[in-house]
Amino acid sequence: MTETPLPDLGTRPAPEGSGYADTLPEHLGDVMVRLEGVEKYFGDNHVLRGVDLEVRQREAVMLIGRSGSGKTTLLRCINFLEEPTVGWVEVDGLRLQADPLKARSRSHQEQIRQMRLRAGMLFQDFNLFPHMSVLANCIEAPTRVRGIGQEEAVATAERFLDKVGLLEKRDEYPARLSGGQKQRVAIARALCMEPRVLLFDEPTSALDPELIGEVLRVMEDLAHEGTTMIVVTHEMHFARQAADRVVFMEHGVVAEQGPPEQMLDAPREEDTKRFLRRFLDA
Amino acid sequence: MTVGSGSEAAKVVPIVEQITAARRGARRRFSATFVAVWLALIAVLGAGTWIASGAEFEFVLVSGPVIVLQGAGITILVAALSIFFATILAVLGALARLSTNPVINAIGSFYVSLFRGTPLLLQIYFIYFALPQLNIILPAIPAGVLALSLNYGAYMTEIFRAGIQAVPRGQREASEALGMREQLVMRRIVLPQAVRIVVPAIGNEFIAMIKDSALVSTITVHETLFMAQRIGRSAFEPVAALIVAGAVYWTLTIIFSFFQEKLERRLARGDR
Repeated sequence: MTETPLPDLGTRPAPEGSGYADTLPEHLGDVMVRLEGVEKYFGDNHVLRGVDLEVRQREAVMLIGRSGSGKTTLLRCINFLEEPTVGWVEVDGLRLQADPLKARSRSHQEQIRQMRLRAGMLFQDFNLFPHMSVLANCIEAPTRVRGIGQEEAVATAERFLDKVGLLEKRDEYPARLSGGQKQRVAIARALCMEPRVLLFDEPTSALDPELIGEVLRVMEDLAHEGTTMIVVTHEMHFARQAADRVVFMEHGVVAEQGPPEQMLDAPREEDTKRFLRRFLDA
Repeated sequence: MTVGSGSEAAKVVPIVEQITAARRGARRRFSATFVAVWLALIAVLGAGTWIASGAEFEFVLVSGPVIVLQGAGITILVAALSIFFATILAVLGALARLSTNPVINAIGSFYVSLFRGTPLLLQIYFIYFALPQLNIILPAIPAGVLALSLNYGAYMTEIFRAGIQAVPRGQREASEALGMREQLVMRRIVLPQAVRIVVPAIGNEFIAMIKDSALVSTITVHETLFMAQRIGRSAFEPVAALIVAGAVYWTLTIIFSFFQEKLERRLARGDR
C-alpha cells in the first residue's frame, strides 16, 4: 500500500508584470497555487467567469465577497470537488486542465486525487467521520491513502492534535465535541496528510459566536508559521490579523486584491467599498 | 433536608423535591399499569384460545416441549441464515442499483423487480420443486434459505440503497478531499454509516423473516409450524398445536426485539 512520492516538478516564478507579484512581500516563496482562466457553469448559471489567481508559498490569502460571488465555488475548484468547466489549476507544480467531458475517466480521476493530496480542505460543517474516534479520524487517510505505518501515523496525529489543543480528546467520538473542537480536529486531520496548501471553506460559519475564536486562533497560528492557505471567510478582523492578501470577488471574477490594510481600509473599487461598508457597519 | 442560607432557597428546595417525587411516582404507576394490562390481556388470550382449542392439558404438557425443542431450533437456524445471506445480497444489490455502470445497474434492478414482484411462497416452490428439473437439486433447508434470502435480499436492497443515500454528502466530499479512492470511501466511510442508519429497518425485516420462515414448512423443513402440524394431526389436537407454534413465534420475536434495541443503542455511540 505504498504511495509513490509526489513528483518534484519544481515551481515556477510568477510571470513579470502580473500586478500583485511586483510588490511581493519577501517572506513568500514561489507559486504554490495558480488558477488560469477558471470558469464554472452550473447549468446555465455562469458562476465563475474567468478567474486568474496566484498564491505563493507561505502566503495566507483570504477570499471575501458577498454570497453568490463564487468564492466557495472557486475554492472547491482548486481540489476539483467541483470540476471547473474550463481553465487550468496548478497546485505545487501539478498542472491539471479542467475536462468536464472526461471527468469520470480513470486517468483524470487519478490526477485529481494527486491534486487533493496536495490540498487539504476544511468545511463549514466539519465533516468529521462520526463513526470513528478523533484519533481514527486523523489516521484513516494517512494509513490507507498514504500508506504510512500505524505507529508513525498515530505519532503524527498526536502531534497535530496537540497543536490544535485537543490531544486529550483523542479517544472521544465527534458527537461529544463542541463545534469549535470539531473544526480543530478537522484541521488536525487535514494536517496529518501533510498537504502543501490548506483550503478553508467558511470554517467558522456554522459555529456559535463564542466558539469562533478558538478556531481562528489555530488558523492564525498556522498562517504565522508560514502555512500556505486560502480562506473563504466573513471574518474581516481575522483577515486583517492573519492575511497576507485579501482577494475580493464579485460576479464570478476577482474584482480587487491587495494587502489587508489597503483592501479593508482603502479599497479602490466601488464594489469593494460597498461590500465592506455593509459588512463593517453590521 | 438541608436548608439554604436564604429563606428563598429553603422554600424552593422542598418544592423541587416534591416535583421530583411526584414525577417518579407517576412513572411507577404508569409502568405498573402497563405490565398489569399486558398480563391481563395474555390471560384473556390464553383462556380464550384454550377454550377454543378444546385441548387436553396433558397434550400441551407432553407435546408442547417437543414442538418447541424440535421446531424452534430449525426456525432460528433458517431465519438467521436467511437474514445473513439476505443482508449480503442487499448490500450488493444496493451497490448495483447505485452503480453508474448500466449493465450492473440493470442486473440489480432486474433482481429487485423479479423477487419483489412474485410471491415468496411461489419462489419457495419454484426453487424446491422446479430447479430439480434443471438438475439443480437442493435439500429442503438450503432451498428454503435460498428462497428467503433472495426474497428478503430484494426488499432489503431498497433499504440499503436508501441508507447509503442518507449518509450526508459532506462525508463523501471530506473523504475524497483526503485523497481516498471511491471504493475506500464506500467501504470505510459510507457503508459503516449506512449500516447504522438501516439497523432499525433491518431489525423489522428480521422479525418478519422469523414468521415468514414458517412458509418453508410447505417444503418439509422440520421447523416450528411443520412440527406443530405433524404432532397436532397425530394427536388429534390440531388447534392446540397451532397455539403452541404461535407462542413460539411470538416469543422469538420478543426476544429478538430486546436484542435489537440493545444493538441500536450500541451503534448510536458515535452519532452526532
